[in-house]
Amino acid sequence: MKITQISVFLENRKGRLSDVCSLLGSNGVNIRALTIAETESFGVLRIVVDKSDSAIKLLRENQFVANFTDVVAIEVPDQPGGLASVLKVFADNDVNIEYMYGFVEKFSDKALLVMRFEDTDFAQQILAKHNVPVVTEKEIEGL
Amino acid sequence: MIWKEDIETLEPAALKALQGDYLKKLIPYIYENCAVYKGKLDAAGVAPDSISSIDDIKRLPFTTKEDMRDNYPYGLFAAPQDRINEIHVSSGTTGNPTLVGYTKDDLGLWSDVMARVLCCAGAVPGDTIQIAYGYGLFTGGLGFHYGALEMGLRIIPTSSGQTARQLKIMQDFKPRIIACTPSYALYMAEEAKEMGLDPTQGNWKIGIFGAEPWSDSMRDEIESIWNMLATDVYGLSEIIGPGVAQECHHKDGLHIFSDVFYPEIIDPQTGEEVPEGADGELVITTLTKQGIPLLRYRTRDIVSIRREKCRCGRTSPRISKIRGRTDDMIVVRGINVFPSQIEHVLVGIEGTQPHYQIIVDRAAHKLDQVEVLVEVDQKFFSDEIKRLNEIRDQIRKEIQAVLSVGVKVTLVEPKTIERSMGKSKRIVDKRTL
Repeated sequence: MKITQISVFLENRKGRLSDVCSLLGSNGVNIRALTIAETESFGVLRIVVDKSDSAIKLLRENQFVANFTDVVAIEVPDQPGGLASVLKVFADNDVNIEYMYGFVEKFSDKALLVMRFEDTDFAQQILAKHNVPVVTEKEIEGL
Repeated sequence: MIWKEDIETLEPAALKALQGDYLKKLIPYIYENCAVYKGKLDAAGVAPDSISSIDDIKRLPFTTKEDMRDNYPYGLFAAPQDRINEIHVSSGTTGNPTLVGYTKDDLGLWSDVMARVLCCAGAVPGDTIQIAYGYGLFTGGLGFHYGALEMGLRIIPTSSGQTARQLKIMQDFKPRIIACTPSYALYMAEEAKEMGLDPTQGNWKIGIFGAEPWSDSMRDEIESIWNMLATDVYGLSEIIGPGVAQECHHKDGLHIFSDVFYPEIIDPQTGEEVPEGADGELVITTLTKQGIPLLRYRTRDIVSIRREKCRCGRTSPRISKIRGRTDDMIVVRGINVFPSQIEHVLVGIEGTQPHYQIIVDRAAHKLDQVEVLVEVDQKFFSDEIKRLNEIRDQIRKEIQAVLSVGVKVTLVEPKTIERSMGKSKRIVDKRTL
């Protein structure tokens, strides 16, 4: 089950991250997971939110460059070795992860991770085959 | 349709004879009525009655922008102020502004050459034109206005700015012709898309764009985004305003109205004429103007010229699109750099709109640094840093290949590079030379 991530281009300038968060916050969009990849002059903000469609519309209306990206959110046992066991499944099956990051809040007693794969469909097949629990879009909206 | 068909299709020998007749009258007129030019002609050893043909033009002294500023306000006028009907002033970034003045006959000349421009672009009597050049002290708006009046077009004088209203007027009154700067044409397309309009369904079918240099690749982009014929108009206020030269629908050079604006192409360093087809500085003599006639005015625009007859039937020489300006041209580590070269690269890379700025800087005891700011476009944005870096590196490599100068490319957020309604500021030179 894919979920939608929003990626936003940000220059390395004072207040830009704050601008995005304020814009989303004041319009009732809740950020569930977040990470920033940065280079010397710019960064890419990646977020999972409860209302993706209205969030991207808001961002574009406010002159941000923002795109949707398909990602998968998986549940990992919140204990030593929990993540390692899932990553081993990927390694054994030649699934390449482009990047990953954690959720802002906890979901039951499991840790939630957002993963961007080189080949999302293939990754999903492997996840299903090895019974790794994934989180649906609906569940994220209800968080 | 050719507006002044008898003049615009003259055989070369007849054209030369006409130009010679004009010059024979012009030199005594200037000598008697303008003290500054009397001094310049005396210094150059040109007796006012010594002109026998247009070829004598090479003996005349050049006129520069500095001459206009130094003799501000009235020094270069040959007609007394009570015969001047209209003046235009352009702001100077340094020193005095530039003042130009038109007699009633000069305004008639302007109307005539602008009617030729409109016809050359494809206008026919009965067309509607939306004039989105600024009205006022800038010559763009009124120049088009006079030409459109002369031709009998229906005029919508929107002037520049207020983009949402420009687009509504286009939809409501369906003008077939739009006249504005090329960068504003692209800007309006962006605004149209944001308003939910499809520019390819717009009403404008012919664009007459000028007042700033633009490339053929920018033309391709405007034509596809607006689904129109985009033509180039050339002019400068010192000569008349818009109305010096215009492309016909073959888009194969701009027809310069050489019966009244005599062109020469020179090497800006030596002042010598360059061979036909070679790039050089455009120099213009106004053969019939009365208010401020100018001899061999150095436009600082770099163009080439071709003299063979055009497929449209016009025999006037054709100048190339402006390849750069002798003063906008920046010299970086000894290499001439024109913004149009960088623009060409950006349009060539898929998805990159030409919104860019070139920043040249030099740290103490260091080489010149060139940084090109490029706005990130929705079309090539990626969530992956490596993809964005690939695009940035591709832009950098291609610019470096064209310029032979190392550059740094920085991706910036959309709409952070200043858009101008008039002329765009493509180069920021921070060097203290």
